[in-house]
Amino acid sequence: MGIIEAILLTVVTAATPLVLAAIGELVTERAGVLNLGVEGMMIMGAVLAFAATQATGSPYVGILAGIGGGALFSLLFGFLTLTLVANQVATGLALTILGLGISGQIGEAYVGMSGTKLPPIAIPGLSEIPYLGPLLFKQDLIFYISIALVIGVNWFLFRSRAGLKIRAIGDNHASAHALGIGVIRTRYLAVLFGGACAGLAGAQLSLVYTPQWVENMSAGRGWIALALVVFASWRPWRVLAGGYLFGAVSISQLHAQALGLGIPSQFLSALPYIATVVVLVLISHNRRMTLINTPASLGKPFVPDR
Amino acid sequence: MLAVRNLTKLFGTFAACNGIDLDIQPGEIHALLGENGAGKSTLVKMLFGVLAPTSGQISWRGEAVSIASPSAARKLGIGMVFQHFSLFEALTVAENIALSLDGTIPLARVAERAAELSRAYGLPLDPKAHVADLSVGERQRIEIVRALLQNPQLIILDEPTSVLTPQEADRLFETLFKLRAEGRSVLYISHRLEEVQRICDRATVLRHGKVTGACDPKKETAASLARMMVGADVPHVSAAGTNTKGDVLLEARHLDVPARTPFAVSLKDVSLKVHAGEVLAIAGVAGNGQGELFDALSGEYAVADPNAVLIRQRPVGQQGITARRLLGAGFVPEERHGHAAVTGMSLSDNLVLARNQSDRKAFLGGGVLGVIKYVAVRLASRRISEAMDVRKSGDDPTAGSLSGGNLQKYIVGRELDRQPAVLIVNQPTWGVDAGAASRIRQALVDLAKSGSAVLVISQDLDEIFEVATEVAVISEGRLSDIYPAIALSREKIGLLMGGLQGQPEALTEAAHAH
Repeated sequence: MGIIEAILLTVVTAATPLVLAAIGELVTERAGVLNLGVEGMMIMGAVLAFAATQATGSPYVGILAGIGGGALFSLLFGFLTLTLVANQVATGLALTILGLGISGQIGEAYVGMSGTKLPPIAIPGLSEIPYLGPLLFKQDLIFYISIALVIGVNWFLFRSRAGLKIRAIGDNHASAHALGIGVIRTRYLAVLFGGACAGLAGAQLSLVYTPQWVENMSAGRGWIALALVVFASWRPWRVLAGGYLFGAVSISQLHAQALGLGIPSQFLSALPYIATVVVLVLISHNRRMTLINTPASLGKPFVPDR
Repeated sequence: MLAVRNLTKLFGTFAACNGIDLDIQPGEIHALLGENGAGKSTLVKMLFGVLAPTSGQISWRGEAVSIASPSAARKLGIGMVFQHFSLFEALTVAENIALSLDGTIPLARVAERAAELSRAYGLPLDPKAHVADLSVGERQRIEIVRALLQNPQLIILDEPTSVLTPQEADRLFETLFKLRAEGRSVLYISHRLEEVQRICDRATVLRHGKVTGACDPKKETAASLARMMVGADVPHVSAAGTNTKGDVLLEARHLDVPARTPFAVSLKDVSLKVHAGEVLAIAGVAGNGQGELFDALSGEYAVADPNAVLIRQRPVGQQGITARRLLGAGFVPEERHGHAAVTGMSLSDNLVLARNQSDRKAFLGGGVLGVIKYVAVRLASRRISEAMDVRKSGDDPTAGSLSGGNLQKYIVGRELDRQPAVLIVNQPTWGVDAGAASRIRQALVDLAKSGSAVLVISQDLDEIFEVATEVAVISEGRLSDIYPAIALSREKIGLLMGGLQGQPEALTEAAHAH
């Protein structure tokens, strides 16, 4: 395996959690809910996935635990913001802080333990393709799920009726309510999906990326995922492209240091956010772009006037 | 078909609807008349399941029903076209329509179905266009087609014709007559009395949440209907007094504006002159460049050639709104909420926002600090409210808490209070009740008589004939010649709206023969 190939493999591993968390948050935001608690949900997924794997010996049970942990945590967010109509920004921030705290508590017993790595699954035939094979077709289950989710979410949002309803709610929840679409119910489902994806992203961290538990191991990836959704202007394919771009940047950070290139690593770690700001400026420059791309009711609470 | 007994809706202690009785027979077009705030919207929202009644009973085809949600209403066979459009701007026309169909047609086929049906009903639509790019009139067409697509037994239409040309309205009426012939019923909400008299079989009149009359509109006069609605006679817009023509105060010279978005209309060689003492009305169907013309004249978007727009003979094409205001111009844009007024802020704050430069001395103190003189602002705000008879709860409520008509009166009054030399108004009475509309139109007429130049962009021909001394028609971004209002008939304007240009002889000849 050449050095280039090895680097590309690490890029894929670094990009997968970003893509997963961002595609989940994209659906949540398309429904008009801004959940800033991605980091918290992700770390909960990471610790529960690690704990469940330790308890059962099966990383696949760990994956389920990670998904469940993220989803459960998002349910708390949903209850606070959708049922009790708490402020979404404040609740999301609180969720992140809470998640970092609780995961540290749960994970205390697991610090320093060596974990079980999720085994790669080679797809017969395709994995033999030189260069591309090992990169894309000899990966673990979570990677395959991440790609399938991007394709699925893109189809779901733009081709299915349920996806159309989600976009409608995100654009104008009052009109959606007037048409008889269950705004709160749909938003709960979107929030749950976002939580499950963030939890899965966390599971990837503790089962694939570095198969062990380290406190705060999400290391700001939840925030990058949030930036990624904006960077992608709420489009699934751009989440995939952006996720790999941001993943590559974070890997190049390590290599730039190792090779002694003159680029400060702080600049590289700031790059995703700079890119996001540029995209935001480009979008808001054009009113039409804003109207068509941004979920207009994002972050606004909905209270039916009955 | 539908019977409503003693229906009441309380908001706190305020009764928006108070013991309403309403009967709709199969196969009738039933008018619901009333001023804004009379409770019409609340009533129809209860019928459509958007609001839950506090007490009272609704029966549908003889059986008592409780309509818990709009989808329940649709299942019963009740369709609705909302007054404040319930459209999704980020979605395409086809997607908007698909949302209100109950999943019987595959998504991929909705676009062609919508195109077919919109043609059949005479309401042309491009199913792939994004709603964000469409005009008010085009948006309403979507609403109408959307409701008709559900094949309802009772269809509720809230002010459906206010943005249509007379010809388009006629086509809509034909659709309604077709629906009636099929045994369906229509609940038709309108302020336009002659329209109600023309097409409606029965009418129920509301005032302050109560039924004040149930009648056959064909047997009533416009005046008697108006009396039931308003509780007093609606004052006629009086054109008494003479208009003395003076200098040209507002002028556009070969104004060309390229389209800002792929779906906007470009202005092509628009030239116009408005003299002191004139009201020039610009007629036209929504989406023919009215918004773009207003933007260019008001300075919301500067134009390339400074000499293309002149206010009081000064070239202002490159100047912004404030600079034009300082020259004595005033502007009232089309959209009340969010454009002409910030809904979440009080009336006096909105006054400062609009006039902090043109009335800097009166409203701001403290030199460069620009400290707001609240007492002066409050007094001015009160003066405007009194002059325009703005009805509001409390002394200085938020703009959004006023009804559409009252907020519009305030916004127009805010400009009139300055005695502007030039006033440009886009759709001055869109969605405004009869009483408020007549008040606003009178104010525009009076302003011109006092020697100002007034430009009114309107889709409402009644309004145009009430206020205008001169009329021009805009069609696909081109402006027709300017005609004296008395030389034009509705039919001629209708022809010009359809884009019949370059035949002024034929038009004026026909007008003489008329």
